[in-house]
Amino acid sequence: MSNIAIKAENLSKAYQLGEIGTGTISRDLERWWAKMRGKEDPFLRIGETNDHSSKGTSNVVWSLKDINFEIEQGDAVGIIGRNGAGKSTLLKVLSRVTSPTTGTISGKGRIASLLEVGTGFHPELTGRENIFLNGAILGMRKKEITRKFDEIVDFAGVERFIDTPVKRYSSGMYVRLAFAVAAHLESEILIVDEVLAVGDAEFQKKCLGKMNDVSKGEGRTVLFVSHNIVSIKSLCDKGILLENGKVKYLGEINQTIDSYQNTFPSNQEAIFKEISDIDKSVGFSFLKIEIVSTGLEGSFPIDEFIEIKIQAYQNIKIDSLNINIFFNSPDGTNIFVTVTDLLYLNEAGIMEFSCHIPPNILNDNLYVLDIMAVRGGVTVIEHIKDAICIQGVESLRTGVWRDKFPGQIKPKFKWLTKKLN
Amino acid sequence: MNKTNINWEIKPQSSLFDLKLKSTWEYRDLLWLLVRRDFVSFYKQTILGPLWFFVQPVLTTIMFTFVFGKLARISTDGLPQPLFYMAGITAWNYFADCLTKTSTVFKDNAGIFGKVYFPRLIMPLSIVVSNLVRFGVQFLLFIVYMAYYYWVVGASFAPTMYILLFPILLLLMAAMGLGAGMIISAMTTKYRDLAFLVTFGVQLLMYATTVVYPLSTAKAEYKWIIEANPMTAIIETMRYGFLGKGSFSWTSLGYSSGITFLLLVFGVIIFNKVEKNFVDTV
Repeated sequence: MSNIAIKAENLSKAYQLGEIGTGTISRDLERWWAKMRGKEDPFLRIGETNDHSSKGTSNVVWSLKDINFEIEQGDAVGIIGRNGAGKSTLLKVLSRVTSPTTGTISGKGRIASLLEVGTGFHPELTGRENIFLNGAILGMRKKEITRKFDEIVDFAGVERFIDTPVKRYSSGMYVRLAFAVAAHLESEILIVDEVLAVGDAEFQKKCLGKMNDVSKGEGRTVLFVSHNIVSIKSLCDKGILLENGKVKYLGEINQTIDSYQNTFPSNQEAIFKEISDIDKSVGFSFLKIEIVSTGLEGSFPIDEFIEIKIQAYQNIKIDSLNINIFFNSPDGTNIFVTVTDLLYLNEAGIMEFSCHIPPNILNDNLYVLDIMAVRGGVTVIEHIKDAICIQGVESLRTGVWRDKFPGQIKPKFKWLTKKLN
Repeated sequence: MNKTNINWEIKPQSSLFDLKLKSTWEYRDLLWLLVRRDFVSFYKQTILGPLWFFVQPVLTTIMFTFVFGKLARISTDGLPQPLFYMAGITAWNYFADCLTKTSTVFKDNAGIFGKVYFPRLIMPLSIVVSNLVRFGVQFLLFIVYMAYYYWVVGASFAPTMYILLFPILLLLMAAMGLGAGMIISAMTTKYRDLAFLVTFGVQLLMYATTVVYPLSTAKAEYKWIIEANPMTAIIETMRYGFLGKGSFSWTSLGYSSGITFLLLVFGVIIFNKVEKNFVDTV
């Protein structure tokens, strides 16, 4: 195999939790003493996985643990995983910003990493000066930047402002310029963290297009981290799924995304979920949430009505109450909120709030629902995060497009076609 | 994988003596751009602009002349007082600036270091070179003073041939500031207290160096302390070279060079060691 661009072997990275400042001299001495006697580092002995939610016993956590993968030249690889799965650490190690605790990564070709746009930009310097400075920080030689200069300025669309200090740039211009420098780096491997979250939609498209050119057109290797499954899907052909610092899945991008979505706490049969028992000492509390649809096991057909029923107990008089349902994507981004009219509840008892979602609004995505009760428009009385997950499924597809439609929602609008001449 | 196809490898530990000098050389353009950045950003949006480089040494010289010369009447080896102090201040400032700026290099650049890899050594090197620009300007001022006192005032001093050692002195000061600064910077990533020590430590050290008094006035029982300070020989040699007064000996200059070399080598090694993981601790 000669065309491997990056190969990671038994890669691990440990972080120390808690105070680093105090008490480390004694710890350092202890560590040094252990080393002198040829013993194992006493503070790395206990191997724990990077599970943020459970509190471990040692204060060393493995952010990456025994990572092995090979990436071939020209692959566009999407790295996905939930927050804290080790994505950023992996990119940091790959970009040499920090070194691994054990294991090695070897490879071929120059690496350009874009963990952040505009690293090293100096606000007082002009656009021109910053292009050179930033380019050099990213590893370009001066003559290389001079050669690409016009192309960079053109891509960023800042010709008029090139001799203005960047502190007077709009944030959009700033980001465009910064991305342009990095995108024109002549490297065999490009590592991009979630930097496209900034900038407007048009620019994001331009960036993705450029990265697409880089990987498919120029045959360079791209590693891309994003929470945006759609852009990962459109850009990458391979995927690495990280979970708690380990590689959970490695393969074609679509399968990777599927197994990613399966990592969510799915209450597949619980289309009905108890939230709490009645507690009369509490003024207002949600009791349960229920999804009524013809779908099976937490799924619903996107072209049919669904009903979301929320039960709540209240024993105080609440003027002007709103019940909200937040529709979120699995990464926590809110897609939309639906809210009741103002309610005036005078009597204690169990209430049911029912919401009808018309057909052809949602896409065949996984949605995570939050429910929230708000008094007087501002005071949050109760907020249940991730109350329930529902999976849209598409039962019928007309037309010739067989792949998934992009987007968080897929509303059906009226289209008219007519002949004009 | 075929060994010949690998051209880089990221490993937990590389040899202590892998100083990455080759890759540092490859990033030399960055060094110049950083120096330029420091220079340009220093005087942007200021009225006096680069003139600020003059203000500090001139005011310090006036102050020293007044306090140590006129009030305390410390001998200046028969040299015009402003000239005597300026020679010391110019040299000392360069060393002190290199040291203090280098000692905070990790803290100041944590943002960049946390996001992009480039040979970290570039940063302290750029500080030393940036300060050289500043030193150059101040040195020019010193030459102007010299010319003024020589021709206009008619003061009696004569440069000696040891003036030719000047480039070496400059190199020694840069290397010493760099070496000591890197050692401190490496330690401050873990133990922040050192940062406080540096600011006033440098001030105190100035009084243990022959900046405001000549070595010849030092009492015999303290003399060894002042001579043990490697900066002393450098400043004395500089005065001896340019103004013809001071104590010069090859032994003490050799001693300073030896200390400087040790500091530099140790500094680079410890800097390279810390650089790899400092992002996790800073």
